Amino acid sequence: MTRRDDWDRQYQAGPSDSVEPSTLSGLELDAVYGPDDGEFPGQWPYTRGPYASMYRGKLWTMRMFAGFGTAADTNTRFKDLLGAGGTGLSVAFDLPTLMGTDSDDPLALGEVGKSGVAVDTLADMEDLFADIDLGGISTSMTINSPASIVMAMYVAVGEKGGTPRSQMAGTIQNDILKEYQAQKEFIFPPRPSVRLVNDVVRFCTAEMPLWHPVSISGYHIREAGSTAGQELAFTLANGFAYVEAATASGLDVDAFGKRLSFFFNAHIDFFEEIAKYRAARRIWARWMRDRYGATDERSMQLRFHTQTAGVSLTAQQPEINIARVAIEALAGVLGGTQSLHTDSFDEALALPTDKAARIALRTQQMIAYETGVAVVADPLGGSYFVEELTDRLEAQAEGIFAHLDEWGDGSILEGVVRAIEEGWFQGEIAQASADFERKLNDGRRVLVGVNRFQEPEEPEADILYIGPEAEALQRRRLADVKQRRDEGAVHRALARVRQDATVPDVNVMPGLIDAVRSYATVGEIVSALGQVFGTWTERAVV
Amino acid sequence: MIRVLVTKVGLDGHDRGVKVVARMLRDAGFEVVYGGLRQTPESVAETALQEDVDVVGLSMHSGGHLILAPAVIEALRRRELDVPVVVGGIIPVRDRPVLLSEGVAEVLTPGASQKDVVAAMERAANRRPGRLASDESVEG
Repeated sequence: MTRRDDWDRQYQAGPSDSVEPSTLSGLELDAVYGPDDGEFPGQWPYTRGPYASMYRGKLWTMRMFAGFGTAADTNTRFKDLLGAGGTGLSVAFDLPTLMGTDSDDPLALGEVGKSGVAVDTLADMEDLFADIDLGGISTSMTINSPASIVMAMYVAVGEKGGTPRSQMAGTIQNDILKEYQAQKEFIFPPRPSVRLVNDVVRFCTAEMPLWHPVSISGYHIREAGSTAGQELAFTLANGFAYVEAATASGLDVDAFGKRLSFFFNAHIDFFEEIAKYRAARRIWARWMRDRYGATDERSMQLRFHTQTAGVSLTAQQPEINIARVAIEALAGVLGGTQSLHTDSFDEALALPTDKAARIALRTQQMIAYETGVAVVADPLGGSYFVEELTDRLEAQAEGIFAHLDEWGDGSILEGVVRAIEEGWFQGEIAQASADFERKLNDGRRVLVGVNRFQEPEEPEADILYIGPEAEALQRRRLADVKQRRDEGAVHRALARVRQDATVPDVNVMPGLIDAVRSYATVGEIVSALGQVFGTWTERAVV
Repeated sequence: MIRVLVTKVGLDGHDRGVKVVARMLRDAGFEVVYGGLRQTPESVAETALQEDVDVVGLSMHSGGHLILAPAVIEALRRRELDVPVVVGGIIPVRDRPVLLSEGVAEVLTPGASQKDVVAAMERAANRRPGRLASDESVEG
């Protein structure tokens, strides 16, 4: 039995009719190409893809990130995107929410609803998902420090709407390690924050089998300025760290391993990105089996969401961004992504307008249905160039793992935490960013419209403008909720949250679900946790 | 030597730009005080006072600039610090003249080169009238 036979057996066992299996001109195509004894998709180490049928079995999810203003505003945008053919929801929260700050907090001034939707209490989550059946859709929520709280709110909303938690499908980003390294939306110090991440993992492993409790992310690391190799290495190292945290808490690796998911950037260097995704799958499979003892193949199959690179977009001649995004999205697809967000062309200056978001979604649909790239799995597999690039990126990453492993005395988790405390990741990223900037300034790197092929500035096209009304509305909504809730219940719930937080083995999730049901605010709950965990100030590395 | 406080203000943690600007200015011979993340208008003004800077540079990407930049200017005024404020980052076109009319000295926009950044800081430090840095750079 050849490897091809083994692949074919798997392929025949599942659906494979989601795409027309021929070229535009009618030439019939196999589902995958390669030598009979080579590697096939769905075969360890999954370089060529986690599934035998890849997109023939199921296209990637077209999951457009959305959120702005009040929950009611975003609910409308969700429905528009679903109506236009989007196949999953993805929630962007505003900065105060991401930072665990309520809309009426002085620190939130000027920022409510500006870069995402404002969520202060369960009432906002109820508005956010109004008339959307959470049992019939999968939802991704991009939030990190307060992830456990927002997860609790989602469970409460879904159950109120009649969906049992065991049937809720989706993802919560809940990846705190990359916050210290890149995005800086941390609140508490690293170690208690990893505990919170792991509490969500434990809770979902036990009660929410269709949920991904972490989306281990490289997107933000790349946006902060890292190289592709650093994005790959830092992301997977963070993943290994969470695996170690989970097994240390008593979970079997195969119990949670299959529900870990990833999130990568799709930047503009086309082939490097494709190679990066292939290397990621191969590395994860090896480490999960050989280092962490996984035996269930699903624990070894890296699955990921992709977003096209925000940093590649230009404010100048923004229409060119449509072409950039299409090429980046194509890299994600040729790299075998399971889910994709395409940026809108106007996002160098604002959140997207309706029309721009629609163009971005149509870009994905055009790729899926017109170009034929979904018909053959890992079509670049076997390319001398792409295979070599895959190997080189893998080797780069292994070098970084070895460094972190040594730093952590044989624990990647320890190595990552210590490196964060020393500012190592931050320094590496800042250096890579500075190197790129220098090349831009020298003209060795070109950004069309910015340092070459410029035009005189044109008047600004129609952009999404969020005025102060959202903040005013949200503050009123919050005041109203606070006025109507049972303060005694809130008080007791917060006391329980504090108590649970003080005992490391206690899972905070049940207490958080009670707290959100009492309409305690995100800020109040974060405060309660902060009283136990303290807060984190980073040592700045320029 | 011109002394510049380069900082984020507000909750936003996206600091790639502010770090790049800090290095650009340092490489161009400025004295750079790096203010870091999560500064409030009050803490920015306090740092400007303590560090005796010539210019305050704010990096803003999250849409709060029309509230936060004037708040910084106000906090500086309350300390009787006549220090010009330069704002850079994601600033929609329609907001740029508004910032200038609120007392911001210069506005730097996406794609500003090292040359643009340095020129804006020098103009601010020398108190010439406010202009948009991107108006000037049309070179390859």
